[in-house]
Amino acid sequence: MIVASALRDRYDVAVVGAGPAGLAAAALCARAGLTCALFDDQPNPGGQIYRGVTNSPFDRGTVLGGDYWSGESLVCAALGSGAHYFSGASVWGLLRENEIAVSLGGSTRQIRATRIILATGAIERPFPIQGWTLPGVMTAGAAQILLKSSALVPTGRVLLAGCGPLLWLLAWQYLNAGVRLHTILDTAPAANWRRALRHAAAFVASPYMAKGLRLMFDVRREVRVVPGVVEIAGEGGGRIGAVVYRTARGRSERLAADMLLLHQGVVPNVNLAMSANIAHRWSEGQLCWVPRVDSYGSTTVPHITVAGDGAGIAGAEAAEARGRLAAIATIRALKEEFPVGELERAARQSLDRYQRGRAFLDCLYQPAPNFRRPRGDTLVCRCEEVTARQVLETAALGCPGPNQMKAFLRCGMGACQGRFCGLTVTELMAEARGLPCAEIGYYRLRPPVKPITLAEIASLPVDGAAVKAVARE
Amino acid sequence: MFQRLTRERQLSLTIFIDGTATPARHGDTVAAAMLGSGYVACRTTAVSGAPRGPYCLMGVCFDCLVKIDGDANRQACMTTVQDGMRIETQRGKREYST
Amino acid sequence: MVNAPHTEFDFAVIGGGLVGAAIAWGLARRGRSVAMLDEGDIAFRASRGNFALIWVQSKGGGMSRYALWTRQSSDAWPQFAQALRIETGLDVCLHQPGGFHLLLSPEEVENRANALKRLHNQPGMVPFEYHILDHAQTEKMLPQIGLDVVGASFCPLDGQVNALRLLRALHVGFQRHGGRYFPERAVERIEPRGGEFRLRGGNVEISAHKIVLAAGLGNAPLSPMVGLNAPVRPQRGQIIVTEKVAPFMDYVVHTIRQTDEGSVMISDSVEEAGFDVSVGSGVLAVMADRAVRMFPHLAKLNVVRCWAALRVMPQDGYPIYDQSKVWPGAFIATCHSGVTLAAAHALLLPHCIDSGDLPNESLAAFSTRRFDVPATH
Repeated sequence: MIVASALRDRYDVAVVGAGPAGLAAAALCARAGLTCALFDDQPNPGGQIYRGVTNSPFDRGTVLGGDYWSGESLVCAALGSGAHYFSGASVWGLLRENEIAVSLGGSTRQIRATRIILATGAIERPFPIQGWTLPGVMTAGAAQILLKSSALVPTGRVLLAGCGPLLWLLAWQYLNAGVRLHTILDTAPAANWRRALRHAAAFVASPYMAKGLRLMFDVRREVRVVPGVVEIAGEGGGRIGAVVYRTARGRSERLAADMLLLHQGVVPNVNLAMSANIAHRWSEGQLCWVPRVDSYGSTTVPHITVAGDGAGIAGAEAAEARGRLAAIATIRALKEEFPVGELERAARQSLDRYQRGRAFLDCLYQPAPNFRRPRGDTLVCRCEEVTARQVLETAALGCPGPNQMKAFLRCGMGACQGRFCGLTVTELMAEARGLPCAEIGYYRLRPPVKPITLAEIASLPVDGAAVKAVARE
Repeated sequence: MFQRLTRERQLSLTIFIDGTATPARHGDTVAAAMLGSGYVACRTTAVSGAPRGPYCLMGVCFDCLVKIDGDANRQACMTTVQDGMRIETQRGKREYST
Repeated sequence: MVNAPHTEFDFAVIGGGLVGAAIAWGLARRGRSVAMLDEGDIAFRASRGNFALIWVQSKGGGMSRYALWTRQSSDAWPQFAQALRIETGLDVCLHQPGGFHLLLSPEEVENRANALKRLHNQPGMVPFEYHILDHAQTEKMLPQIGLDVVGASFCPLDGQVNALRLLRALHVGFQRHGGRYFPERAVERIEPRGGEFRLRGGNVEISAHKIVLAAGLGNAPLSPMVGLNAPVRPQRGQIIVTEKVAPFMDYVVHTIRQTDEGSVMISDSVEEAGFDVSVGSGVLAVMADRAVRMFPHLAKLNVVRCWAALRVMPQDGYPIYDQSKVWPGAFIATCHSGVTLAAAHALLLPHCIDSGDLPNESLAAFSTRRFDVPATH
């Protein structure tokens, strides 16, 4: 690991994010002889999917599953490639003229890179239900992080609610670890099956089917699964105490709960890309914003490429392949003579393989509308505590979009910068105005995309024009 | 509540949570150490005083904010424990002079 | 607020920002049928970028009438805020405790003192109370200031408001008075036609007996269509916003204010950058540095967002209020101080517009005629 003092002022390539896409991209760029910085805000490499792979509390047993450990070789390749890896490094802004503002150890540095590869991955989709802000309610991803990084498992009565491959994976990993989940509340709408069927052939031929089926079979054998759940509410005083749910068939139940884990898919973490004015589009298939990219991940901003789940959700193996493709485009631009033809062929072959079957999963696990568009006192914006009722009332005022909504209600103005409310607001406004989400738009994002101290901002370089613009007495 | 799968002897550090000495594992985040010691909530919000605890554990929800060694509003999930670290749960808005 | 077919209104106000919404509310309260047209979600929208100060102490250098107009608005603010609260239930958190201009060098203090002296010595100037303070005197009122603060100018009339809630309250109040709001209606053409103005654009088809151009930078292409010459230009300003903090300032500072919900906002920058609203790290750094020198503990606060917005800056910096001579019934209202002047725009200006009494004696200084006079100096 390199210490902060070794950070150079200039690199050929800066890669943001040390998940599978970023690790693969950095390794290949460095291998081609480009100077490469790899920034990641977590203390260890691996992103979320391979979280803790370099300092795991587990011996190589069977708790986490074989796929997890493949992250180790990715990390080794990156760290041994000659790329400069910086952990705990938060890239908070892509500024004018190819400048990157990165916060390391409490102080900010501004470095320049000819090309930038964004591999900032995905975040959990918001899951706005009554009580989702109660202590003791966390995402399934959070529970998985505790498992992978610290070998911590929940005790007491634990409920898991939602839909998506990660939910079943976590449940399976918990089984392996001897954790007895009380109930899984499955919110995948029954109607999804019909829409997913037309992609079934591709799914059957994909790497996901055999694994996925075995996982679900193992879990369903041991854990009570309630299908067709259409409504969930968490109840409690200072923490979660009970969960009430209702199914499509009208059956409802109140369950005591010590912990509620929520998950309904992941979505690209778009804040850094959007703050750099990279054009995005609405994906109807994945119900989220994705950057407009070509087959290499090149964006509407010439020197920036996006790789991995940040370009659209496709899983870890696809992310790795896209990381290589982003590196290949970068190498072609900066070092023509390095041969990439064969590498590209292999990467595209891998990408095809791991993208096969994703459309089926996207359809099957598309979250139900009522879990994407809350009502009443359910909080939409966790940071500023804005309710669905307030959002809908303000939409009825004729508010044209999320930015005016933000100005009127403060939703999206908190520290998370819309990561947990933005999609909900876009969808609620689309519903209220009878317009497609693509037309409603999203929050306008600018640097810093992660909070940094005022002292750090004060330490950025200034020129005469900047001083004149401010100190005008 | 959370409990450890691996053996207790790995808890080789001592941190202080609201003054109480608490064992922690080297390499854990502050959030993991707190959850592992039974702390589900870590603050009350600046807007309404509602109780909150860690939600995403990957640095994007900003609900796991605690005071660490005198610095307010630090993300517990993004900070690795150090021996002797002082962690305090927070109430409402931070003070200007902290 | 949905698509209205060819409808006639007494007034169409073009612009739903602070200027347009205040005037529209004022007119709707007077019983007029009013349409307020607004652009879409992503537009220049100076009203989303303002610093929300109600500032008196430095306004009007070069035009004493502007100082008086500012004072009139500031005096009318409490009544304005109360009316909004009664009508809409929304509290705009008006706070007029007095404000400081903090100064970080002896030169800054001297320049400031001279500027205020010049302001008050103008003919026609109605003086107001202000003080030039040294460090010790400033520290008595602002105990948190840093040693770098050499002095300050203080005026008891200055204050602040929650400007975003103000805009929301104006919109809510406007609609409660029967006003019709038309978002995403960018007006491209104004067709004046004996006693009526037809507004046309992509999806615009609205007619009104009279119109008010309050579209900020958007007025530029529109004003010539009704024979009005109202030169404005964009002037970029950047703002830093911190996380919420427990209240620590009893007063308002010109470049640092603490909002009612706790966050600290930091400004103040002026750049002639055309229509570029990107954020520049150099300017942010200078603002941050000065803020930390003024209040050292701010250094540890987390910044949760920064942005840049475009002020609507009339050519000489003063507001423009006028009625077209070629097409009577077409009015224009524009300024860069939409918050300070909101009370005047809501309570004083609508009367003049409604009765057609514009330009009038008291507002003559703000008419567009001043731009027709060739510069003699």
